[in-house]
Amino acid sequence: MGFLGQLFTMAISAILIQNFVLSRFLGLCPYLGVSKKMDSAFGMGMAVIFVMTMASAFCYLIYQYILVPFELEYLQTLAFILTIAALVQFVEMFIKKNSPALYKSLGVYLPLITTNCAVLGVAILNITPLADGTRYNFIWAVLNGFLSGVGFTFVLLAMAGIRERLEMAEMPKSMRGMPSGLILAGTMALAFYGFMGMKF
Amino acid sequence: MSFMKELTKGIIKENPTFVIVLGMCPTLATSTSVNNAIGMGLAATFVLICSNIFISLIKNITPDKIRIPVYVIVIAAFVSIVDMSMAAYLPALHKSLGLFIPLIVVNCIIMGRAEAYANKNNVINSIADGIGMGLGFTLALCLVATIREILGNGTWLNIRVMPETYDPMLITLLAPGAFITLGLLMGLMNMLKEKK
Repeated sequence: MGFLGQLFTMAISAILIQNFVLSRFLGLCPYLGVSKKMDSAFGMGMAVIFVMTMASAFCYLIYQYILVPFELEYLQTLAFILTIAALVQFVEMFIKKNSPALYKSLGVYLPLITTNCAVLGVAILNITPLADGTRYNFIWAVLNGFLSGVGFTFVLLAMAGIRERLEMAEMPKSMRGMPSGLILAGTMALAFYGFMGMKF
Repeated sequence: MSFMKELTKGIIKENPTFVIVLGMCPTLATSTSVNNAIGMGLAATFVLICSNIFISLIKNITPDKIRIPVYVIVIAAFVSIVDMSMAAYLPALHKSLGLFIPLIVVNCIIMGRAEAYANKNNVINSIADGIGMGLGFTLALCLVATIREILGNGTWLNIRVMPETYDPMLITLLAPGAFITLGLLMGLMNMLKEKK
């Protein structure tokens, strides 16, 4: 399989089959918290794609060229979360200085991303051996981060679209808000299970 | 008196999962069996108590501006301890919880208690708060896990409770079942609260 074929397989797998939110349960807090309006969901999604791609790259480099040579693999959790926190802070300052318009739309979501477990999750998954015992190389790790972010944004937007309509629907008072959101997420997960049978 | 009050509030009145709605990822991902739920709950409780003690001790010397990075480092250190001890002494549980052990670092409950409670209160109360919130989280996890394990596998803590002829509802063990079970439970809790 050529590069493009592999890329296509990875994209389908990250976005549909092994979706971060619906099949791996990562990043549920923003998925349930920021999916009430389409605009904010879009802003959050873009910020997450950006940070996940950057975090994949930096965490991979730090693991490969600092932790492994010095035999400090046991510090990975500490090193990764610090990298992500610093990265988010840096991105925030950079955007604030260079693009105030973008900062205005993304601004409030950026600090929240530090505690989004999808970001730390993808960084750890990138360095975890795959089923056949090999690990991703740098390029695939970055692509995995990017595509997983796209998968996250995809379901976040779908959820926001449905929830905007759901606001209008009549339902028992006790099911409003979070409970109906969770059941909706369950129904979406059920739909995504249909992709499970796809094999390449 | 106040120790007991701090201890019990996390279990029902301010239950982190059902009332404050924090820490959804581990609640859904590790509630496939009661065994996993207890393991995850106790691991998070340990980290929560230790980080609460530590953060409450250093609250006067932590500069306000960098308090969040300080909390993150403290929590990550305790999570690494749990991660490595569990890999050494409980390898089977460590394997089934997998990725979600290092992800305790970003569990909002722990960060939330550090920011909202431990950096304003003394050590004794912070310990009580940690134990209470931790137990509340563990109980909520066990409740979800009980439903999912009994319906999906016919067992509870690996002991068969349903008759042999029971056809397991496999879906409750899969991702959709997790969302729907928790959603219905939360709806039920809201209903009970309204009735009061």
